[in-house]
Amino acid sequence: MEATELNNEYESRPNMSKSKWTEIWEKIVEIIFFLSACMAIVSIAIITFFIFIKGVPAIAEIGLFDFIFKTDWYPEAEILGIGAMIVASIYATLGSIIIGVPIGLLTAVFIAELAPDWMIKIIKPAVELLAGIPSVVYGFFGLVIIVPIIDRTFGGGGNGLLAAIIILSFMILPTIINISVTALKAVPREYKEGSLAMGASHIQTIFKVMIPAAKSGIFAAIILGIGRAIGETMAVILVAGNSIQIPFSILDRVRPMTAHIALEMSYAAPGLHENSLFATGVILFIFIMILNIVLNFITSKVGE
Amino acid sequence: MKKRHSMDNLVKGIIYLSSIVTVGVLLWILIYVVSNGIGEISWDFISQTQMGEGEEGILPYIVSTLYVILITIIIATPIGIFSAIYLVEYAKPGKVVRVIRFATESLAGIPSIVFGLYGLIFFVTFLNFGWSILSGSLTLSMMVLPTIVRTTEESLKAVPNTFREGSLGLGASKLRTIRKVILPSAIPGILTGVILSIGRIVGETAAIYLTLGTVKWMPKGLMDGGRTLAVHLYYLAKEGISFEKAYATATILILIVLVINFIANKLASRLNKAKQ
Repeated sequence: MEATELNNEYESRPNMSKSKWTEIWEKIVEIIFFLSACMAIVSIAIITFFIFIKGVPAIAEIGLFDFIFKTDWYPEAEILGIGAMIVASIYATLGSIIIGVPIGLLTAVFIAELAPDWMIKIIKPAVELLAGIPSVVYGFFGLVIIVPIIDRTFGGGGNGLLAAIIILSFMILPTIINISVTALKAVPREYKEGSLAMGASHIQTIFKVMIPAAKSGIFAAIILGIGRAIGETMAVILVAGNSIQIPFSILDRVRPMTAHIALEMSYAAPGLHENSLFATGVILFIFIMILNIVLNFITSKVGE
Repeated sequence: MKKRHSMDNLVKGIIYLSSIVTVGVLLWILIYVVSNGIGEISWDFISQTQMGEGEEGILPYIVSTLYVILITIIIATPIGIFSAIYLVEYAKPGKVVRVIRFATESLAGIPSIVFGLYGLIFFVTFLNFGWSILSGSLTLSMMVLPTIVRTTEESLKAVPNTFREGSLGLGASKLRTIRKVILPSAIPGILTGVILSIGRIVGETAAIYLTLGTVKWMPKGLMDGGRTLAVHLYYLAKEGISFEKAYATATILILIVLVINFIANKLASRLNKAKQ
């Protein structure tokens, strides 16, 4: 506040010969800064516009209900239902959350509360590296390690829903851990001290006081994890088997929406087939936007 | 009392186990991939287009990757920095800032395949840039923008207000203060953002696959298509062409990520020191 006042005082000094030009220049630069800041809005707007302009007419032609609930996919006959892909995306995401969230949250508890300094020095860079490993490397690792292990243990080839779930739960760990650690560390000290003073043990304090107090941050971590899992493409293609079917077993081959778009895009002929892939993008986009709005709601509530 | 104690120990055990799983997953991936791949890497492998009978080197893919990194960073960095300067130094809290924040957050959450679809219709088809370094870089610069904005914002906020007041008090204009006082102290943070973005570009597959294409030859200019290392690894693995070469390419990607993380950590610790 003070800085702005000082600045205004300087700008209003009339006796400086260069001041008028400086003022105009400063204004121009401020406008450039403002326009740059608007690039994020512009980007979101044109991405939405172009995905929808290609996708929505296709949905209208196929029929919304048929498109998202029918599970038949015969592009040559223009029978285009992505029900199986939507189910596959939901199953793979849910599965990875079921495995990834407990492991991630408990690791976060370890980092925030239990680990001695020297261990933090090992585990934090490890989490950063996990976040940095390219998704295609995860996929390759899944293909050469996880898939054969599943094949040996349960049979059936190994590539399928379970392999996708395992790889995705590895991939969402860093997201869950980093945001949960921040949330746990933001819990006021008094909460913890109060609980300890009442005679609760450290572990009881963590689970009865600190995690409940950090719940909106942890919830945000889960939402971001869901976003990462539902949007992952290349890693999933390499391990999921990619058959178009509603899975009845965790070992069945599945094709989530993202994999579907990437796989079909390489050979889809222009026309309804190609446009239906953009329509799949629209559905995926809507999923993500709902997650963003939920996330925005949670984080703005925390700010209050 | 005793029962509580044993319960606590059980829970602690589970917490330790989870942490071991987290670190274990990382070590498993690193050791398995690198130990299988490092033997396959030779100077010829990374410096040649063709090495002997039917064996290919990865030079064109390294060049494509570097090309995309360079152009993306050139496009995204100024916009990201300017955007952060606006948000921290100029904007008054209110609706506009909230919308910009929400847009930046949302941009960060959009899956890369959706960016790819968008790049495909907008840059490749609508603007007729074709599958090219330019289309790929423009698409990726939208993807990395949130990272650069966020890290720059944080480092600008870390510059003490006394710096601003001092400079303005000495009669420097606002812009001059930003240029001469605030930006120089924020450089380590900005560099961290750039480094993290490079990491994201190196690892990106889905978006780049739809906008840069997958051609095998060496890109000669902005309008040429290409294939980055990550896309190349995807191809090797998906088509089952050569697992030896796939291990080697994955190892190179992992080594790049290790270097990037190392630099980012060094910068971050310098930033923390500067703060204290």
